[in-house]
Amino acid sequence: MTAPGTTVADAVPGAGAGTPLLEVRDLRVTFSSRGRRPVKAVDGVSLDVAAGSTVGIVGESGSGKSVTSLAALGLLGKRGVSISGSVRFDGEDLLGMPEAELRALRGREIAMVFQDPMSSLNPVLSVGRQITEILERHRGLKGQDARDRAAELLVSVGIGDAVRRLKSYPHQLSGGMRQRVMIAMALACEPRLLIADEPTTALDVTISAQILELLRELVVGSQTALVLITHDLGVVAGLCDQVHVMYSGRIVESAPRRPLFADPQHPYTTGLLASVPRLDQARGVPLLPIPGSPSDTLPWAEGCAFAPRCSRQVPECLGAPPALLPARGAAGGPHLVRCVNPVQDGS
Amino acid sequence: MSLSGAEAQETVLTQSEEARGGLVRDAFRRLRRSPQAIVGATLVLLFVLVAVFAPLLAPYSPTAQDLSQVRPGQFPGPSAEHLLGLDQLGRDELSRIIYGARYSLIIGVVSVTIGATVGMALGLLAGAFGGWVDGLVMRAADIMLAVPSLLLAIGIAALLGRSITSVMIAIGVVNIPVFARLLRGAMLSQRESDYALASRSLGVTKGRVVLKHVFPNSLAPVIVQATLALATAITEAAGLAFLGLGSPDPSIPEWGRMLAETNAYLASEPLLALWPGLAIVISVLGFYLLGEALREALDPKLRR
Repeated sequence: MTAPGTTVADAVPGAGAGTPLLEVRDLRVTFSSRGRRPVKAVDGVSLDVAAGSTVGIVGESGSGKSVTSLAALGLLGKRGVSISGSVRFDGEDLLGMPEAELRALRGREIAMVFQDPMSSLNPVLSVGRQITEILERHRGLKGQDARDRAAELLVSVGIGDAVRRLKSYPHQLSGGMRQRVMIAMALACEPRLLIADEPTTALDVTISAQILELLRELVVGSQTALVLITHDLGVVAGLCDQVHVMYSGRIVESAPRRPLFADPQHPYTTGLLASVPRLDQARGVPLLPIPGSPSDTLPWAEGCAFAPRCSRQVPECLGAPPALLPARGAAGGPHLVRCVNPVQDGS
Repeated sequence: MSLSGAEAQETVLTQSEEARGGLVRDAFRRLRRSPQAIVGATLVLLFVLVAVFAPLLAPYSPTAQDLSQVRPGQFPGPSAEHLLGLDQLGRDELSRIIYGARYSLIIGVVSVTIGATVGMALGLLAGAFGGWVDGLVMRAADIMLAVPSLLLAIGIAALLGRSITSVMIAIGVVNIPVFARLLRGAMLSQRESDYALASRSLGVTKGRVVLKHVFPNSLAPVIVQATLALATAITEAAGLAFLGLGSPDPSIPEWGRMLAETNAYLASEPLLALWPGLAIVISVLGFYLLGEALREALDPKLRR
């Protein structure tokens, strides 16, 4: 499946010394349905997440960021899905793991928070029941013990009057509260890895800030590593140690937070940054959207997928896919970029 | 355990808060605000009360004959003694209508219970396992649904012989594929829901997700269908009785049979056909209105 002309191997983003907690290597996920062209949702993603660290995965809708996490946890369906590569958690291969073992790992060692707290809680069960279910499953806590622990968890995510709230049903809670409940459920067993998939997208701005602050308090600096999936670079800016920018199933730029914002080199990253509204910008200065939509992509085999939308397109962009290589000014460092004509300073 | 004043108050607050919560209460609150539901529930309640208290309400026995007043081709109409008149065999029409409610209610409830229980069991199997189980159950349901329901009921009732039991079984069997399909479809869509994925992502086992999360959330359309099916069951029972597939016992005051028996006197005594017809319409209307109101009250999209 290697395209002609690929001679340079990709560097692995985020790789550091020692065994990482989560190690994704060359993960590929292809969706195929009869009569249609297979879709490569994730196309050779490699990344490392060190224990206790915070990693951001940024990209537009359809860039493959959610599919990466779902595939890693074995939560994608079986029909029409083919997954290759490897995902290792604490040295153990997750992709080849029997479902029962994987299930025991989910919620206990790895937990997930989803985008829409409105629909991610079961509407017919009380909040307390949903939290105690997780505690029962993984910790063997039952009855009053489980309820006590559930109340503690609610307090820890900033929900007052926890004992009473345990009896509430999801529709009685606000969106922010529900997301707090989701976080409480995810952190119920103190997992070593928390994957938050667009945790603030469905919330309004002030609530979103509170939830991010909560994640920072609970996760950053704790033993739990956080993978934050988002389309919003602003969310990543305050939280993440390492940021991976994805486009069309591949990582196009990868850097620690500071270099990424100070010296973004992939035109897609600069495009994302330019399309974020800023308070310090003069009024009347238009936002700069990235032209086109993610559907205007080139298959990676034919060149850079972003080329059709890119303002810095040069002839070399087409023909062979660019490799993920150390960025200019970061020889051997953790800043990688997949571009033959990266953005220069100030342009 | 003694509570201080403040704690006691807190407990009271908790309880009242809880009383306001809950999905059932939520739906109930919405039902009470809907005039359609009020009318439907009133009619259903009336129907059930009449059926239950028939011996107390009926002025005469449904089988007692007053042959002194009835001659072939001539029936006394409504009078002070017999509010709805006498039927062709000199029996009090009102008493027969009142007792008839019992038969309609029993046939409706039993047949819908049969249909819903078996149908839901099959739908649960299909929705939970998918694959070939799903294929088998759904193809069987398709075949049954391909035959018009009354025709299927007639076939089954004819096969089982003329009795109230066979009417109940026939209508119950006709309802099985409807419930199976409905539950299976609801479960399939709920399986793809975010909360099902969320609970799987937290390690909840597949069986538990299906039984504790997916199944309860798939029940709303089934509850609505059960109410509507009661209405259909009453008309179908009347239809079967009208066609002579009900009980062969002529003393049984079954509305459909009453319609059929007075058929011959329609030209001279249209009122005798009107009363059982009206009774059927009113009871069916009640269940329909209530069912439609339930559909709205249980619609998750309308919930805040």
